[in-house]
Amino acid sequence: MALTIKEVEHLAILSRIALTDEEKELFAGQMSDILKYADKLNQLNTDNIEPMVYILPALNVFREDEVIPAPPREELLANASVAEDGYFKVPKIL
Amino acid sequence: MQLYDMTISELSTLIKERKVSAQELTRAYLQRIDEVEKQVGAFITRTDELALQQAGDFDNNPVDKPLAGIPYGLKDNICTRGVRTTCASKMLADFVPTYNARVAACLQAQQGILLGKLNMDEFAMGCSTESSAFQTTSNPWDLQRVAGGSSGGSAAAVAAGEVAYALGTDTGGSIRQPAAYCGLTGLKPTYGLVSRFGAIANTSSLDQVGVITRDVRDCALVLNAIAGYDPQDGTSANIDVPDYTADLSGDIKGLRIAYPREYFRDNTDTAMVEQVKRALHEYEQLGAIVEEVSLPYSEYALPAYYIISRAEASTNLARYDGVQFGLRDLQADNIADLYANSRAVGFGNEVKLRILFGSYVLSADSYENYYLKAMKVRRLIHDDFTRVFENFDIIITPTTPTTAFHRDEFRGDLLSLYRNDILTVPVNMAGLPGMSVPCGFIDGLPAGMQLIGKPFHEKMLLNTALAYEQVHDYYKARPILGGDK
Amino acid sequence: MSREYETVVGLEVHVELKTKTKIFCSCSTEFGAEPNTQVCPGCAGFPGMLPVLNRKVVEYGIKTGLALNCEIAEVSKFDRKNYFYPDLPKAYQISQFYMPICKNGYLDIEVDGAKKRIGITRAHLEEDAGKLVHQGTITSTENSLVDLNRGGMGLLEIVSEPDMRSAQEARAYLENLRAILLFAGVSDCKMQEGSLRCDANVSVRPRGQKELGTRVEIKNLNSFRALEKSIEYEARRQIDAIEDGEELIQETRTWDEEKQVTRSMRTKEDAEDYRYFPDPDLAPVYVSQEWIAEVSASMPELPDQARQRLVNDCGLPDYDASILTLTPATLKFFDEAVAGYDQPKIVSNWIMGELNRLLNVNNLEIEDSRLLPEDLVKLLKLIDSGTISGKIAKTVFEEMFSTGKEAEEIIREKGLVQISDEDTLKAMIDEIVAANPKVVEDYKNGKEKAFGFFVGQLMKATRGQANPAIVNKLLQERLSRE
Repeated sequence: MALTIKEVEHLAILSRIALTDEEKELFAGQMSDILKYADKLNQLNTDNIEPMVYILPALNVFREDEVIPAPPREELLANASVAEDGYFKVPKIL
Repeated sequence: MQLYDMTISELSTLIKERKVSAQELTRAYLQRIDEVEKQVGAFITRTDELALQQAGDFDNNPVDKPLAGIPYGLKDNICTRGVRTTCASKMLADFVPTYNARVAACLQAQQGILLGKLNMDEFAMGCSTESSAFQTTSNPWDLQRVAGGSSGGSAAAVAAGEVAYALGTDTGGSIRQPAAYCGLTGLKPTYGLVSRFGAIANTSSLDQVGVITRDVRDCALVLNAIAGYDPQDGTSANIDVPDYTADLSGDIKGLRIAYPREYFRDNTDTAMVEQVKRALHEYEQLGAIVEEVSLPYSEYALPAYYIISRAEASTNLARYDGVQFGLRDLQADNIADLYANSRAVGFGNEVKLRILFGSYVLSADSYENYYLKAMKVRRLIHDDFTRVFENFDIIITPTTPTTAFHRDEFRGDLLSLYRNDILTVPVNMAGLPGMSVPCGFIDGLPAGMQLIGKPFHEKMLLNTALAYEQVHDYYKARPILGGDK
Repeated sequence: MSREYETVVGLEVHVELKTKTKIFCSCSTEFGAEPNTQVCPGCAGFPGMLPVLNRKVVEYGIKTGLALNCEIAEVSKFDRKNYFYPDLPKAYQISQFYMPICKNGYLDIEVDGAKKRIGITRAHLEEDAGKLVHQGTITSTENSLVDLNRGGMGLLEIVSEPDMRSAQEARAYLENLRAILLFAGVSDCKMQEGSLRCDANVSVRPRGQKELGTRVEIKNLNSFRALEKSIEYEARRQIDAIEDGEELIQETRTWDEEKQVTRSMRTKEDAEDYRYFPDPDLAPVYVSQEWIAEVSASMPELPDQARQRLVNDCGLPDYDASILTLTPATLKFFDEAVAGYDQPKIVSNWIMGELNRLLNVNNLEIEDSRLLPEDLVKLLKLIDSGTISGKIAKTVFEEMFSTGKEAEEIIREKGLVQISDEDTLKAMIDEIVAANPKVVEDYKNGKEKAFGFFVGQLMKATRGQANPAIVNKLLQERLSRE
């Protein structure tokens, strides 16, 4: 199962990571290797097996509807690269 | 014996008896760090001032808590309020959390002394700590070798006597493997026993915060402090938690130990196999019943793990987009570039690879063939263990295929690098508790033995490990670092 | 609309559930707070944070599902919907894709006398995104400001079957849905505040054709009017395109309120792959029969039931019943007034008439009215007792509404007490009759208008306060003596 450069480019867009041409080549090769190894799973017949999504058998893990005051806004914005007037700021969204 | 060679139990006694003050102890450790850190490279951030302040506060107002006054380190993916938490990534190089992880708060409540944040593979993705964006960590037993990963810094710091104990995280072996490489006791608890709140997520359904210590009793002490229900973590088990230090006798007469043949061949070094088989023989001498079993789905755990871990990690790392926190490309004049460039610069290659791979296995065409398939295989692996545990109490295997490998040994060969986790990954997949304890030396390097237990049976694991400690003092060995007296 | 083509409409409605806290964290959901003051590291997607589900959100989901006649899933799960946008801090939205909490429901509408059942495919729980405020103009650098207050609020997304065949039906569906949600008490459904949002899926097909045409999604509909207009416009646009031989593309368009047209939104070359998968941080939700019974038992009266009650028990016409059950507050007002004055039709008339008029003129909701049900009751009793006439009552009502004063106080202040004293009236009638002999002649000659003239004159002289019934009686008597 080999991945093409085009497929890697598509994944890079989905994942929002800019890649150089070298990186595209590198990752295409590495991913193909790993996929090949992962194809081992096709040796197993899992037709009647339930996927195991949750480790613990817990159901209905809930929280009560009680307000906890939010931390001060300065704390929230403290780690933001660009903040203005209490907002996070981002450039043009095309 | 130096203070930094002692266990928590020993240090705690000294402190309680006022034979040493917390400040004296802290200074001893800080001095040790000064001496060896250049060789070891375990700390991303040292918190000397904070530590001395905490020690001073304790000395002014001593309390009788098991971990009070004892210096420790935290893997740098555990959020600490006011202290930089980087995940060894450029993406979070300047990130200072405004909140504590649950486990960090627990240790703070014990009035432990935080000496710093420890090196790791970037975002906990790796098994050698080589993918850290900041620095190299060396194995104190042989500085040309890795300390393991992803909690390499945690293990190296404990082995080198830079901290009395450390917390790490384990997704596929990231506590047990470094513990094995560094001759230490490392515990990954049952999934859900220790809160993940504030422990920066890699693979949500596999991650657990765990403990790296010098011996079993220390391990039990620290586990006591951090285990237990946390309502802030929706996957935290709502159960009563015992005192892990109580009734630790080392008596294992009648204990039924299974060893799966799949872990003792193919991938595992002969010397390692022999070392662990010797240990199994010793267990028999101590009164345990030891039998070979089969876990036939073992070989499928690693490929399934690749798929599940990368899939979840790809979405867990999507939040690192430069908007609310983290590295941002300030030159970008539109949001698309901001995302793509920030993440291109912020993440290292291994992280990028895993994100891309994770996106692939989750994408519409691949979902059924890869992600869903891996989830089904996961159930097979889980059920494999459940079946064995119907007739046995503990499963014992080697922790790693080999002893610590050289730096760069697997450069360009990812699959071989990943295979170092082959014996630990199945335990995470099944959500079981797993522990590595020192079981000897091979060519001067520590070898580790893995104990796997039933869900929430950490006490049994600790007791079984203690039994081995009572007949072999491998855990007492200390590496000799340049400058040691 | 064209006879040859049929318009097919499905609606996707997002309802903000009015729980006190957000769906996965304990931040407040109060509307109108300063930006980013109702945000914690959890809903801001900070490293290491984890979601914990609000029980009340699930309860509201069940309640809404029951009110919409849905099957409530015994087990439902949460999935991550992955995409990047600045108002989505985790770069994934926690939603329910594979196993929603509600399925296979319906609600009934009535358009032009025809009743119709609109299917509801599913309803699922999810978290809301934050808000973006755009800075700058087209010429200068544009920036956007992110406010995460709204981020993490609990939403229920309700998806209808494509069962609607006109803009009117779509409007009726949304109005009824809104009424049901208000009565169930799960949301305040304010379209202007964004607690009720609607997207329309519109396609056309030649009448008789089974296959659905190319579907277009319309976003940015902020009112019922916009919903209707946009559907009409879009259907027309699609028909025109087909007749011109153009190919329609499946896309998302935005409604331009100013220009009253739909405009294409930029279509990305790489369609977003949301890569849905079960969120490992959240345990499944199990809804037992007991829980359903509990929620069902605590279900308030819903619009349909209320309408039936008004028609059957109170003898009101369908029209009155439908108006009075548009909002729970209106119904409550009606019920409380009738409790004090058991003449439903009269109460209805006053609410639909005078009260509604004053509310509209002053841009108020009925819950903001100073005039309360007991005030209306008092006024109606004053009419019955003859203290004031029906006509004067309207003036008093308006005064009560704007000043909040009691009826009796206003009547006293303005001297509006009805004149019912027969001697007084007789005297006045005598005067007027004496002053208008010509009109008396007209009356004797059979001109009906003459009677009205005298009534009018009397009303004028008494500033409208003469008791009309008594005036009629006395005037008849007086004129019959001529």
